Amino acid sequence: MRKEKALLFELGRPGRRGASLPPVDVPEKPLEELLPPEMQRETPLDLPELSEGEVMRHFTELSHRNFGVDSGFYPLGSCTMKYNPKINEEVAAFPGFTHLHPYQDDATVQGALELFYLAEQGLKEVTGMDRISFQPAAGAHGELTGLMVILAYHRSRGEKRKKVLVPDSAHGTNPATITMAGCKAVEIPSDERGLVDLEALKQNVDEDTAGLMLTNPNTLGLFEEDIDQIARVVHDVGGLLYYDGANLNAVMGYARPGDMGFDVVHLNLHKTFSTPHGGGGPGSGSVGVKEKLIPFLPYPVLGKDGEGNYYWNHDLPQSIGKIHSFYGNFTVAVKAYTYLRMMGAPGLKQVSRDAVLNANYLMNRLKDYYYLKYQRTCKHEFVISARQIKKNYGVGTADVAKALLDYGFHPPTVYFPLIVEEPLMVEPTETESKETLDDFAEAMKKIVSLAQKDPEQVTSAPHNTVVGRLDELTAARYPRARWIPEE
Amino acid sequence: MSRFHYLPLTDEERAEMLNDLGINSVDELFTDIPKTVRFSGEMELPPPLSESEAVNHLAELADRNYHLQENPSFLGAGVYDHFVPAAVKHVLGRSEFYTSYTPYQAEVSQGLLQSIFEYQTMICQLTGMDVANASMYDGATAVAEAAVMSCNVTRRDKVVVSRSVHPAYRQVLQAYFDARDFRLEEIPMKEGTLDGEEIEAQIDDQTAALVVQNPNFLGMLEDYNGLAEMVHGKGALLVAAVDPISLPLVKTPARYGADIVAGEGQSLGNFTSYGGPLLGFFAAREKFARRMPGRISGQTVDTEGRRGFVMTMQTREQHIRRGRATSNICSNQALNALAATVYMASLGPQGMKEVASLCLQKAAYLREKIESLTGYRVVYPGPYFKEFPVMVPGAPEELNQRLLEAGIIGGLDLGRFYPELENSVLFCVTEKRTREEMDKLVHELEGWK
Repeated sequence: MRKEKALLFELGRPGRRGASLPPVDVPEKPLEELLPPEMQRETPLDLPELSEGEVMRHFTELSHRNFGVDSGFYPLGSCTMKYNPKINEEVAAFPGFTHLHPYQDDATVQGALELFYLAEQGLKEVTGMDRISFQPAAGAHGELTGLMVILAYHRSRGEKRKKVLVPDSAHGTNPATITMAGCKAVEIPSDERGLVDLEALKQNVDEDTAGLMLTNPNTLGLFEEDIDQIARVVHDVGGLLYYDGANLNAVMGYARPGDMGFDVVHLNLHKTFSTPHGGGGPGSGSVGVKEKLIPFLPYPVLGKDGEGNYYWNHDLPQSIGKIHSFYGNFTVAVKAYTYLRMMGAPGLKQVSRDAVLNANYLMNRLKDYYYLKYQRTCKHEFVISARQIKKNYGVGTADVAKALLDYGFHPPTVYFPLIVEEPLMVEPTETESKETLDDFAEAMKKIVSLAQKDPEQVTSAPHNTVVGRLDELTAARYPRARWIPEE
Repeated sequence: MSRFHYLPLTDEERAEMLNDLGINSVDELFTDIPKTVRFSGEMELPPPLSESEAVNHLAELADRNYHLQENPSFLGAGVYDHFVPAAVKHVLGRSEFYTSYTPYQAEVSQGLLQSIFEYQTMICQLTGMDVANASMYDGATAVAEAAVMSCNVTRRDKVVVSRSVHPAYRQVLQAYFDARDFRLEEIPMKEGTLDGEEIEAQIDDQTAALVVQNPNFLGMLEDYNGLAEMVHGKGALLVAAVDPISLPLVKTPARYGADIVAGEGQSLGNFTSYGGPLLGFFAAREKFARRMPGRISGQTVDTEGRRGFVMTMQTREQHIRRGRATSNICSNQALNALAATVYMASLGPQGMKEVASLCLQKAAYLREKIESLTGYRVVYPGPYFKEFPVMVPGAPEELNQRLLEAGIIGGLDLGRFYPELENSVLFCVTEKRTREEMDKLVHELEGWK
């Protein structure tokens, strides 16, 4: 039986509380003496009143209504939903990390600074870049930082370039970032291979081109094999190359952005480096740059003096400035570093090998049931299409996704990339077993036969989740984004 | 057998899978990477560690830090050492939450979507605003996005910010504005707060917003009487950054006429974590709901009329609108927002008020004690919340060194950010600081000349 879950505001009773506080151990002054009446809150704060046990039950019940990687297979394309090692959580919770204040003197946080230093060394090696900044808090934030660095570089050469190229297969954050950076996005079409159309690229680059943002492998999971020429075309007009690291999980130990001609890269530490996604954050969009761009990185950057002491260097006259209050999501960097150390070079390479093997194996299992537009070896992910069953039985991508929920799987990324009709973007990752892939393939197959026999069963899915299919249109048309007490 | 315990594939399975694909080796799957860019060497990384070795290594790094649990701290300035109830950790530790992603598939993400909805509601209750989003990266980027949104809403390109706003917020604002060729102007301070007399002259018909902070970076409460009317009269918006811990006692930004409220929510149930992850919060008046950045959870119904929650007003967002989105934000600080929700649910209205009151009373105690010391001068007479600047008889760096030797982490050296406040220290007192700890601090200050 499906039951509605009460909101916090519908629970508890006036007078209950879920936390205790220390007594006032100083002589108490009247409130008016400390806070002038005209500066005081006028209406009392209205919050629910629950005991600690009620709080725990409420959120435990909510957790039962949520699906994570620990719940089951989560092949959300371009999001790299790999297993999140528990050791990451344990070490990041050490008080020596969680109870540091960002304004503590550098001398008192040498362990934290060394961790940043060591993590940087590792990520430099994996990406082939010369310096890393951990300030960006998420992938899109890294994109913005990277683009600002590129623009600052051009400005330092007396150029105000305003055009940034992106393939039509790019993540939505790319064009949105370009706008945030005050530039204009110019879309480059993909060719019949699903790769950047070189001719179109050549026609669109010019002296106003600040750079090209590229994901490689791209969002179709295909390696941009003309990367050499792409880099040359962009560099020839003085533009720079930006690497969206969302898909780095495919190529560790096989190719490095720094060797492919990229000048700037952002890494999603919450994807490739296994720090959890946290339900949508905190992540980390650490940015790596080549030597000539180091002066433009956000300040402060980490320094190491002759005696081996670490310090924050705020003196960077050409820096783009600050893009985070402090140094970025530190404890996320702790988790990524832990992962990096546990895997080492052989482990990371094995990660990419298994990720790519899993993806190709699964693609091969699915291509007889779903249309595969680009028939070639994929990297860590691939895009299949529900266009045939849509045409024949009226069962589209959204229906397939909802039907998968009934089989206990999280669906792939849907309706992206935009260049494939009725797309499903599948990224199994390396942490899934062959049995899981086989089970998933079987479910995908069953959905096709169900679509044929009883399409209504699929279009009305999901049937086994805590709520039925939710009405997004009404929610958007008549937004209700907060609880309001009933009169 | 794999030596990496996160990787389930066995060599036999790999062989079966390769066979299925009709190839002989995994390397064949990488031949599309041209030789010219293929990495042929071995990455130079330290050899892999076992889990127990990793724990030791990380523990060794952590042990080299002086942390706030062992050394009582008087540092605040935007990130605060408030008490976090144990329940917060236990909810956040539930892996259904922390191993999930942005709730794209609503039917299996009701837990997170409902908790975001509850969070949004609580942020509205605290600030008095109509609508809040699911979170931003931190206070600084929340304020920067609020300023950018003001420019988009008003179609103007200048923002005026008070010098009393957190220096890091102003720096981030500057970086965001430099990129877009927006203009940023600063209003000076008077007695440690926004200088009311300077404002009118600086806000013109090109000004999109005035950005203020209350309590401000220096801990002082600002007087905004008549401010919103003046700002609105010029067609600009009022953006206020606030400390959520103060709001159970301090006038809400909605009351003094703010259009957008943005700020740092770390103190709601999140540790200081060396400044990250933090929690940016963002709220606005109803009429700006569709201009807001970030995710928003909204209430709806399922096919049988049952209440449920979805991400809503998504046409604002990058994955739909691409280059015309209100912001590029995608991942935010969801788990930190969950911490804030559990924190507020645990404390309730009474607990939240007690925390605010404890901060206020204890800060007053310490301020009075320090004021009575010779050589020390409380810089501003005006009302404050839990922080206040003190001019000290010497270099703050030396003072803090002495305090550290006594096991105390001292306040912030303000000269770093305000040359006019050389030799001044910003002391912060949360409910965690005991009278004993404060008396010890005072004792150390007394003995230092």
